[in-house]
Amino acid sequence: MKQVADITTEVRRLDPALPLWLGVGAATAAVGIAGAVALASTQEHGWGRLLESYLVSFALFLALTLGALFFVMLQHITRAGWSVVVRRIAETLACNAWLMAVLAIPVVLGMDHLYHWSHVEAAAHDPVLVGKMGFLNPTFFVIRLGIYFLIWGLLAWFFHRTSVRQDTTLDPKLTVRMERAAGPGLVLFALSANFAAFDLLMSLDPHWFSTIFGVYYFAVSVVTFFAVMPKILVSLQWKGVLSRAVTVEHFHDLGKLLFAFNVFWAYIAFSQYMLIWYGNIPEETQWYLKRQTGDWAWVSLALLVFHFIIPFLVLVSRAVKRRPRLLAFTGSYMVVMCWLDLYWLVIPEFSPGSVRFGLIDVFCFLGVAGVYTLALTFRLKRHSLIAEGDPRLQESMAFHTA
Amino acid sequence: MSRHQKQPDAGGSYGYLVAFDSVEQLLQAAARVRDAGYTRWDAHTPFVVHGLDAAMGIRPTILPYLVFTGGLTGTTCGILLQWFTNAHDYPFLISGKPIFSLPANIPVAFEMTILFAALTALVGMLALNLLPQLAHPLHGSRSFKRATDDRFFISIEARDPIFDPVATRELLESLGGSAVEEVPG
Repeated sequence: MKQVADITTEVRRLDPALPLWLGVGAATAAVGIAGAVALASTQEHGWGRLLESYLVSFALFLALTLGALFFVMLQHITRAGWSVVVRRIAETLACNAWLMAVLAIPVVLGMDHLYHWSHVEAAAHDPVLVGKMGFLNPTFFVIRLGIYFLIWGLLAWFFHRTSVRQDTTLDPKLTVRMERAAGPGLVLFALSANFAAFDLLMSLDPHWFSTIFGVYYFAVSVVTFFAVMPKILVSLQWKGVLSRAVTVEHFHDLGKLLFAFNVFWAYIAFSQYMLIWYGNIPEETQWYLKRQTGDWAWVSLALLVFHFIIPFLVLVSRAVKRRPRLLAFTGSYMVVMCWLDLYWLVIPEFSPGSVRFGLIDVFCFLGVAGVYTLALTFRLKRHSLIAEGDPRLQESMAFHTA
Repeated sequence: MSRHQKQPDAGGSYGYLVAFDSVEQLLQAAARVRDAGYTRWDAHTPFVVHGLDAAMGIRPTILPYLVFTGGLTGTTCGILLQWFTNAHDYPFLISGKPIFSLPANIPVAFEMTILFAALTALVGMLALNLLPQLAHPLHGSRSFKRATDDRFFISIEARDPIFDPVATRELLESLGGSAVEEVPG
């Protein structure tokens, strides 16, 4: 039989990787923020472009956080044993919901520029926006954002704290408590994530609506999460952390989930597209028309080929999923594709006809990524990287996928 | 069964069967049989045993490639079916859409992909396992019935190229299982 690693001799603290993570995080944040601010203050309409690009990066890292929160609750509600060795990292990612609440402040402050409906006087002359004013108004928008972040923050905090407490108490009752909380938690998550997608992204075009849009953003979230996980694990193992507890079997399963949810993303994206295309009602098709005219048509096609077809052909292979470094590389590529997807959701509203991709978008991404990495590092280093008090730890370490 | 009995004639026999009490014993025994170089042999367990494929040295199945090909065939057939029926044989204009338009064809193509892939998986699995098979010599063994309950078996077929009535029996006896049983062919 395969020998199972002993948890007591495993390096399960972040310390060996800490200097690297802090260094990379701080450097990325500094370069990103400095570059973005410098470009924004020198370019014409620079601050507006910065804000639009910031919304893209903000939505990407919010997606990562929500994907992690979903994963944690999914593992509890299904009573999953295989994922115990990777769950702590997901719990910590989910705790960045508090960071994302802070990072939402620029979006709220920039509401005037980002969301056309927030101009109350202008909206009053638009019969469609008048009808939506009860929901789409600045005050209720801020209240809703507060409620979403409260839900996500409290859920993430509960699962992280309970799991950390189990590290020392080894109390199996805590597992049962988390299992019971996961059901209602997922319901709250589904509602809040759906409405957050409507508010933050769909309302950029307040005339347009798509009831599947929330599911679309949920698909982006889960894909982003499963794309990032292999990269995190590989960079930990590179420094000798978790190098025996997390095996190729866990990578294989993360890869399978990445593959499956990427197909789910394509399924949802096509479902939304086909119904609107078939219905052919101008108030719905105008959203796609914007993305089918000018340069944006190429981005739409690029998403089909590079976000779906190529990753499908790469990730369908068992060999790729069982090579951690190759999977981490594919995951990083998928993150870029998820970013492009969000870029395609946001930017055409401000720049119809031309893609105008620029350095400011890169800096903006780096800035948010750096700050996010630093927050993650500070929280990760405080506890064991494995939910080592979980009664299913042995099962997870001995895990074998078929 | 005593070693001093007349050795069986490999021609009239299916092969040897030996039982083990635990998964650990089975996995160790399977690795020994694998290392001895046998190719026509099998392990029989009441439930899925993780690690058995590696212990037996079984090469990965080609089934995924068949399923992938089946899926692609399904996609192609789905598209061709719609092109032939709606655009070629009997052009039919629906709600002002182009006669042949890919977005409208995706759902059917998708379903055909799933259908062909699933059928290929089922038929391919049966074919690769030489199933259905209505009778098998091992079913003649009374003790073998416990393969569906609480025993783990290894059988080596007499038609294995390196099967030897004496040497193979000695190998099986050294594995620490039950008495070696000869199964009639």
